[in-house]
Amino acid sequence: MVSTIKNPKHEVLEAVIIRFVGDSGDGMQLTGTQFSDTSAMFGNDIATFPNYPSEIRAPQGSLYGVSGFQVHIGSVEISTPGDNVDLLVAMNPAGLKTNLHSVKPGHTIIVDTDAFTKKNLEKAQYESNPLEDDSLNNYRVIEVAMTSLTKEALKDVEGLDNKGITRSKNMFALGMVYWMYDRSTDYTIDFFKKKFKSKPHIIEANTKVLKAGHNYANTIELIPSAYSISPAKMEPGTYRIIMGNTATAWGFLAAAEKSGLELFLGSYPITPATDILHELVKHKHFGVKAFQAEDEIAGITSTIGASFAGDLAITTTSGPGLALKGEALGLAMMVELPIVVVNVQRGGPSTGLPTKTEQSDLLQAMYGRNGESPVIVVAASTPANCYNFAYEASKLALEHMTPVILLTDGYIANGSAPWKIQSVDEMPKIKNNRVFEYHDNWNPYDRDEDTLARNWAIPGTPGLEHRIGGLEKDKVTGNVSYVPENHEYMTKIRAEKIKRVQNYIPDVETEFADEGDLLVVGWGGTYGSLHTAVKQMNGEGFKNIGFAHFNYINPLPKNTEKVLRKFRKIVVCELNNGQFAKILKINFNGLDLLQFNKIQGLPFGNTELIEKFQQLVK
Amino acid sequence: METAVKKYTFRDFASDQEVRWCPGCDDYVILRSMQKALPEMGVKKEDVVFISGIGCSSRFPYYMDTYGMHGIHGRAPAIASGVKLANPDLSVWVITGDGDAMAIGGNHFIHVLRRNLDLNIILFNNEIYGLTKGQFSPTSLVGQKTKSSPYGNVQPPFLPGELAIGSQARFYGRIGGNTPKEMAEMFIEAEKFKGTSLIEVLQNCVIFNDGCFTQYTDKSVREDKQLHVKQNKPMIFGKEKDKGLVLNGLKLEVVTIGENGIAEDDILVHDAHEKDPTLHQMLVRLEYPLVTGIIRRFEDVTLEERMDNLTAEVKTNSKFSKTDDLFYSGETYEVN
Repeated sequence: MVSTIKNPKHEVLEAVIIRFVGDSGDGMQLTGTQFSDTSAMFGNDIATFPNYPSEIRAPQGSLYGVSGFQVHIGSVEISTPGDNVDLLVAMNPAGLKTNLHSVKPGHTIIVDTDAFTKKNLEKAQYESNPLEDDSLNNYRVIEVAMTSLTKEALKDVEGLDNKGITRSKNMFALGMVYWMYDRSTDYTIDFFKKKFKSKPHIIEANTKVLKAGHNYANTIELIPSAYSISPAKMEPGTYRIIMGNTATAWGFLAAAEKSGLELFLGSYPITPATDILHELVKHKHFGVKAFQAEDEIAGITSTIGASFAGDLAITTTSGPGLALKGEALGLAMMVELPIVVVNVQRGGPSTGLPTKTEQSDLLQAMYGRNGESPVIVVAASTPANCYNFAYEASKLALEHMTPVILLTDGYIANGSAPWKIQSVDEMPKIKNNRVFEYHDNWNPYDRDEDTLARNWAIPGTPGLEHRIGGLEKDKVTGNVSYVPENHEYMTKIRAEKIKRVQNYIPDVETEFADEGDLLVVGWGGTYGSLHTAVKQMNGEGFKNIGFAHFNYINPLPKNTEKVLRKFRKIVVCELNNGQFAKILKINFNGLDLLQFNKIQGLPFGNTELIEKFQQLVK
Repeated sequence: METAVKKYTFRDFASDQEVRWCPGCDDYVILRSMQKALPEMGVKKEDVVFISGIGCSSRFPYYMDTYGMHGIHGRAPAIASGVKLANPDLSVWVITGDGDAMAIGGNHFIHVLRRNLDLNIILFNNEIYGLTKGQFSPTSLVGQKTKSSPYGNVQPPFLPGELAIGSQARFYGRIGGNTPKEMAEMFIEAEKFKGTSLIEVLQNCVIFNDGCFTQYTDKSVREDKQLHVKQNKPMIFGKEKDKGLVLNGLKLEVVTIGENGIAEDDILVHDAHEKDPTLHQMLVRLEYPLVTGIIRRFEDVTLEERMDNLTAEVKTNSKFSKTDDLFYSGETYEVN
């Protein structure tokens, strides 16, 4: 153990960022989840983000096999998992090497010294042991022989093999971190009891190791003593921690119940969208029909079929899958049936960076189809509001008889945060355009005067037999029509129908300033990073910077132009090469838009945003 | 309560749209056979749905006064699967052609057969692409001269029945495009069958592949060249009803009753219900005689039944009756 650690100090912190890293098999996701859940129960606001390799079981100890989980907890509002960390727990050399750059200088690193063997150092491409040279002088390093201590703690527990014993060492680390941040071990012990109900020796082993870690931290004087983070001021209510993809799935469950329709999901597995399928297949008790199709195209076309037959029908995918669904999306637009397509965006193009985040499918969502084929595009902006936007996408599809694309991204889909539970009763009503019987002069393309939505006559309804299809249709009967004027009329009315959605969506709001020197503009999953940065600057005295974040992309909110023109400079921040900026330019003449783009498969960092904004208001 | 089904005539199933296939096309025969078969099926008109892909055959739904969707190329089985899963009470029909089903839609075709939803698929096989004006299809013969193979086709064809049975088809039938009565009977059987049924119609394209099946389907040769199989009946054919099939080792052989000591009892008896598809595949592959009729009809559990059973089981064991129960279950906490 090194002696660079300063004297213990007692300190109350507003927020702390902790990252647990280790081998794919070291249980880092579980460790991180337990820490964040315990903190949430304690009353902290939290945000988490997992970071794991795309290899399912990467070679042990390798640099690319490192799995990590980051937790940001606070007594203040937390909007992102954060970038640089206050505490790094590294279970092996590879984890240390790949994450060291994220540790704030002067902050703490806990390592399992038992993992720093010659072999593991070689695998991590270390030429010398970083614990023995001077490379970690800028950090407070706590060296713990976690594997040996875990073995020692478990020497009297029966029924465990060597592998089982060493696999518990993550609980030793967790126990230590609980002590450091003044957290109770109770929640995690309860978790063991539920999770391993039928395996009492596993409960015993994990509990012992967790407590051993906790006691160890308490006993050795080398560890700085407990920090504490008070509960955050949050709106009263019942909460739970929710991942973005789960929230998306639940939004659809709520929409189905509220609309009185059955939920159909046609889907094909693709990272990072698959968890929505995983969640919905569980809920057969609600009558959910989850259909894993043979490919992306069958995912959406079965969805179109289910919508034709009267279900709330959705399909889920990510970028390459949306490309495959393009033709069918055109069909759904042409036959004017309600479907929702969820695109959990990942790094593109082509296969791109499947496990990384990006916002580069915006133009594909807007225009990725043949012909004039407008659809509604909405984007969720936090893990928790994936619930609201899945619900909203369903509502818009059903009320306006059109496909809706819901954009989320890998960052908010895999991230988790507290969700104040929104009961189905609290959610807005969902109407639909069903017709139940024939009346004189009924036609399948009769439209609602206000929304222009056509009526929805489903098979099984006597007297309303009709045919629809991808060929251009007569404006009244829906029969095939090649009449030139009819085609132009139909093209325009389909566009007008989408445009009129503006009358049914809320205005975009500006935060922090309604006018001034700089408007920070974002959309979708970057809300947390942008909001945090602008808020921080506002706190530092920059009262002339406003923030406008968009969830409705097509159509844009009615007041968009008004909001934009109130600022001297506008910077559009996106995790792509400027796609939303393009959309704004197309819509509003003469706007001088600045751009801040990042295309690294990573979310915006707090420092880079603040530097950029400061430079722009100089 | 089930309401009585009105007695329909074929006119009830004809839409007001002008039929626009080429004069003399077998598609007219298929359309009329379907319109005549539907009143015999005991299904309500509003419960019938036709889903098609793209191609000449896929115009079919427009001509039926039922619910219908003219989909996109190759995807009809997937669209139809969605319709059927959303409402299992519907009678759902897929209309497709050889290109639509086995080229661009090959993936959906094999998977729909594998799953065994209660759907009916009518495959119009004319061994050519008609709507795009005469390119070879996945069933065109090697050497066949088409617009896209002016020196002869070099791509060996699929045999639809072989592909279908290889894809776990439980019901497969084949019929000539010029035998409306037998065709209508088969459509009725397909509707009765619980599971995915596939009927391949050998459909003559008068413009781009005229006479492609004449050697089997022409009235003058039909009885000698075709064996129309029936359940539990010996596989006998020929104008004189004197030819039949026997097994010789692992091969089917055509024999003449009364010659070489062969009696009617020696002739193989057709069993479409047999689970083992070996003999069915041999019948599909036989070039002389061409076997028509319902070659395979193996009753199996349908996808709907599997899904219903699972849902019932999950519902019984579930502690959730509405969405809020889920939201408030497990690890929630209060903020005051």
